[in-house]
Amino acid sequence: MSEQVGIITWINGPVVRARGSRHVSMLELVEVGEERLVGEVIGLDGDIITAQVYEETSGMRTGAPIFGTGLPLSVELGPGLLKSIFDGVQRPLPLIEMQSGSFIGRGMRLDPLYRKDRWRFTPRCKEGDSVIGGQIFGVVMETETFEHHIMVPPDLSGTLTWVVEEGEYTIEEPIARLKVGKEEKELTMLQRWPVRRYRPYKSRLGSTTPLITGQRILDTFFPVAKGGAAGIPGPFGSGKTVTQHSIAKWADAEVIVYIGCGERGNEMTEVLQEFPHLVDPRSGRPLMERTVLIANTSNMPVAAREASIYTGITIAEYYRDMGYHVALMADSTSRWAEALREVSGRLEEMPVEEGYPAYLAGRLAEFYERAGYVETVNGDYGSVSIVGAVSPPGGDFSEPVTQHTKRFIRCFWALDKSLASARHFPAIHWLDSYSEYLEDVAGWWREKVGVDWLRMRNHAMEILSEEARLSQIVKLVGPDALPDEERLILETARLLREGFLQQNAMDTVDAYSSVEKQIKMLDLILHFHERALRVVKRRAPVSVIHNLPVVDTLIRMKSAVSNEEQEKLDEIRKQIDEQMSQLDSEYR
Amino acid sequence: MSSVIVQSGQEVLGVRSIAGPIMIVEGAANVSYDEVVEIRDAQGRMRLGRVLEVGEKVCVVQVFAGSTGLSIDGTSVRFLGDTLRIPVAEEMLGRVFGGLGNPVDGGPQPLTDTYADVNGAPINPTARVYPRDYIQTGISAIDGLNTLLRGQKLPIFSGAGMPHDQLAAQIVRQATLGAEVGKQGTQSEQFAVVFAAMGVKHDVADFFRRSFTESGALTRVAMFLNLADDPPVERLVTPRAALTLAEYLAYECQMHVLVILTDMTNYCEALRQISNIRGEVPSRKGYPGYLYSDLAAMYERTGRISTSEGSITQIPILTMPSDDITHPVPDLTGYITEGQITLGRDLDQKGIYPPIAVLPSLSRLMKDGIGKGRTREDHSHWGAQLYAAYAHMQDVRALASVIGEEELGEVDQKYLQFGRAFEREFVNQALTENRTIEQTLDIGWRLLSMLPKEELTRVTLDEIKRYHKGEDGSS
Ligand SMILES: Nc1ncnc2c1ncn2[C@@H]1O[C@H](COP(=O)(O)OP(=O)(O)OP(=O)(O)O)[C@@H](O)[C@H]1O
Ligand SMILES: [Mg+2]
Repeated sequence: MSEQVGIITWINGPVVRARGSRHVSMLELVEVGEERLVGEVIGLDGDIITAQVYEETSGMRTGAPIFGTGLPLSVELGPGLLKSIFDGVQRPLPLIEMQSGSFIGRGMRLDPLYRKDRWRFTPRCKEGDSVIGGQIFGVVMETETFEHHIMVPPDLSGTLTWVVEEGEYTIEEPIARLKVGKEEKELTMLQRWPVRRYRPYKSRLGSTTPLITGQRILDTFFPVAKGGAAGIPGPFGSGKTVTQHSIAKWADAEVIVYIGCGERGNEMTEVLQEFPHLVDPRSGRPLMERTVLIANTSNMPVAAREASIYTGITIAEYYRDMGYHVALMADSTSRWAEALREVSGRLEEMPVEEGYPAYLAGRLAEFYERAGYVETVNGDYGSVSIVGAVSPPGGDFSEPVTQHTKRFIRCFWALDKSLASARHFPAIHWLDSYSEYLEDVAGWWREKVGVDWLRMRNHAMEILSEEARLSQIVKLVGPDALPDEERLILETARLLREGFLQQNAMDTVDAYSSVEKQIKMLDLILHFHERALRVVKRRAPVSVIHNLPVVDTLIRMKSAVSNEEQEKLDEIRKQIDEQMSQLDSEYR
Repeated sequence: MSSVIVQSGQEVLGVRSIAGPIMIVEGAANVSYDEVVEIRDAQGRMRLGRVLEVGEKVCVVQVFAGSTGLSIDGTSVRFLGDTLRIPVAEEMLGRVFGGLGNPVDGGPQPLTDTYADVNGAPINPTARVYPRDYIQTGISAIDGLNTLLRGQKLPIFSGAGMPHDQLAAQIVRQATLGAEVGKQGTQSEQFAVVFAAMGVKHDVADFFRRSFTESGALTRVAMFLNLADDPPVERLVTPRAALTLAEYLAYECQMHVLVILTDMTNYCEALRQISNIRGEVPSRKGYPGYLYSDLAAMYERTGRISTSEGSITQIPILTMPSDDITHPVPDLTGYITEGQITLGRDLDQKGIYPPIAVLPSLSRLMKDGIGKGRTREDHSHWGAQLYAAYAHMQDVRALASVIGEEELGEVDQKYLQFGRAFEREFVNQALTENRTIEQTLDIGWRLLSMLPKEELTRVTLDEIKRYHKGEDGSS
């Protein structure tokens, strides 16, 4: 399929130039050098072809050939994606290991999806049906519980002239024929889609459903809507990866795409070893069965790191088109931006800020724009939510990647170094974070949980921001100078911080809080505050409130009460009432 | 310099230009990227270099030993047709090598047919085995609060004049495979140390050598030395050469290898120098934009793989310019490694050794190596409680400095006492003091018992019952 299109004339890291044909196109996939390393055309100037290479170029010679393929960089889509782990250009890492051992070799060409598996295909359309691009014409059980919808490729429509009977087929066997104009096309379960082009949909909708993550500070304080985009910036060691792993584990999405983009090998291994043993509370199946992993770790080639984001988002869109809700995690988008910068630097392009090319903002926008809640081409509803980690140098949010990201996301989960070093986890700072989805999802809470969530949430936020103001004073003069009502604010804020906001991802009970548990916990703390305020107004000193036994109970309820035994929380409410009534009678 | 396999290759006489350690060479055809070259000066002396960029008939060559003495016409360059390789063999333990992996101890070239590319290759994430075995270093602030696991990369962030070398040497001396409380730890037979020095002074290298000798470990140590007066460009290879040997020992000879790299700041400066001479667009503080990837390519050469019993554990040491943790070198390192041990100037000035600043230190893998069956079941809560108490104590201390200690409430006074005792009795220990994990946990509980029980919300009530040493802390 590939033919020689030029001779290499220049090599600088992952970037090579060749002289040759004028018929190569931009973003065409090329094979570079004698080892035929995979690359992509990123510049054309007369007969000079510039390409970025997705593998290590050490040892590559000038004078070696470069081959064109006529195709853009694409991903393979079809049954078998779930449970897989790929590199940034969708090479299956387990097969690479089988071929080259523990270390990743070069020049290996492997099909992303396994060809020999047979999948039970059940047609949903028949001969003579006229179908449009994206329409579902059959289904396959990809796992025991996951129904994979086989769709007509988005850019084709016509009349089905033949559909196979229900049976087991490989992804390459023809399962239908489609008449498009005068031409007849064979359809298989396997499709390809160029990664840098978004997949079409009918329309974009605003979303009013939150993506429930089981993380209290996210769901209750800074929710992201399904189809929304959130950024999670923070210095090293502040909890970006742990938060993303938690979301990947517990979010109420049907499919998770997790992109480890320029981060640690061990973190991907951790997911690989842990997810098969964790059970998805909704399907009762191992979490791995709804997960696709893309691993292009920091020591893997930098150009493939750049591609990994697109590989991941295209797979996410594909599942969205089937009518599913997909959550995509990218850890870390800063490493992706640095890959852009590195390639740009080797091309000697004019940098704008901190060495980043002028098109950084545009690329970030394109990526986050691929999130969305859509009506699919076949009239179903699906979504892709994006959670992107950002790793600002020195933890300074004024740097370009954080700043540009802020323009394209509506939910900002700001990790804070001092919270992390005090081991307050998740170290998401409640005063620096925001969500623009609050109003959008308030209705969902009212309908599904039956509470005025927004009012409670805002009340808690008031207490927390009041605390911030008061602690400034305390720092200068000590707590004794404050009136008791204000000291109570400090006490309640402590309960909110330690009893509600802190959530230990390593604790089996605390790792995931159902929304019902979240709202009950919040309600308890606010109720405590209200009762305590009454007592304080009767001139009881705050110290007696601080020493109530129920305070300790409130701080421990997050891990002491599981999602299944929430009646225990009603018990705690009784304790609050009893102990407060006792004080009521002592201070008349 | 014969540690590189010499293949015959084309030779070019004369170079186009020389700037610092960078030469532009013309007239060679089909040069390969990253290829090694042999450079001969007018006097016939040899040195090695590496191709950084190739174009048509021109290429950019980095000269490891620097360009002093090279002339435009008198220099000849021979292209060796291969990337840089070093010999690897078990018998390299006990030996001393230069910055490029050549023997400098007067001994012979290692006898082996195995030559490995110094750049290594990335470990496939599917081939990794997640680290779970803890290493008992005998140092409370590490074993208790920043537990080091086999296969982890855990740097020491230090500053000029602080005792990072002593700490690293103590770790090497005392490290044993950790055991659960009540069981016996073992010093594995199959351990090895690979030590790489980049731009450090002679006395630092001597200090380590003495320390290895005294502990009787010297025969299990391979040293790669690029010292302060050695050519800076060579230090770009030194850690890679060291890691190449480490990989061989860990993954071919099934050894548990501890790699010490010091000082990574000097390494990064050499990289910056090359980048600046080449006129590359800098990112922060003049360091190249690819510094992250460059460091990651080394730090990620740590871990365990499924086909070997062995492991590589890395302890890179770096001095933070003006103690600034946001400086690009510690910053990017922290973004790659699995935590960091941070030394604190204030503790050091108080005479506390090791001056490990507990709050900015972190071992990310700790959670997987401690607890029931590994250290003790209370370890994780115990650690969280010590952190929380110490973090709160910092606020109290700040407040006390404003309003005076006597103005503090009763509980806060206890926090202050706790804080002082924590620094003096827990963090502080003798250079030769080797504490068991049980001793470490005990000291921690004794200190926590200085605080009222109600303050201890991170530990369970059962744990308080079991380990808390006072009635209510007031006794
Ligand atoms: N929710 C949490 N519960 C318990 N521990 C946490 C939590 N979040 C973070 N941590 C702790 O913080 C450490 C660092 O977190 P993490 O690895 O997610 O940082 P990061 O922001 O991804 O850092 P880097 O940018 O270097 O990758 C973890 O190893 C863990 O000890
Ligand atoms: Mg991370």
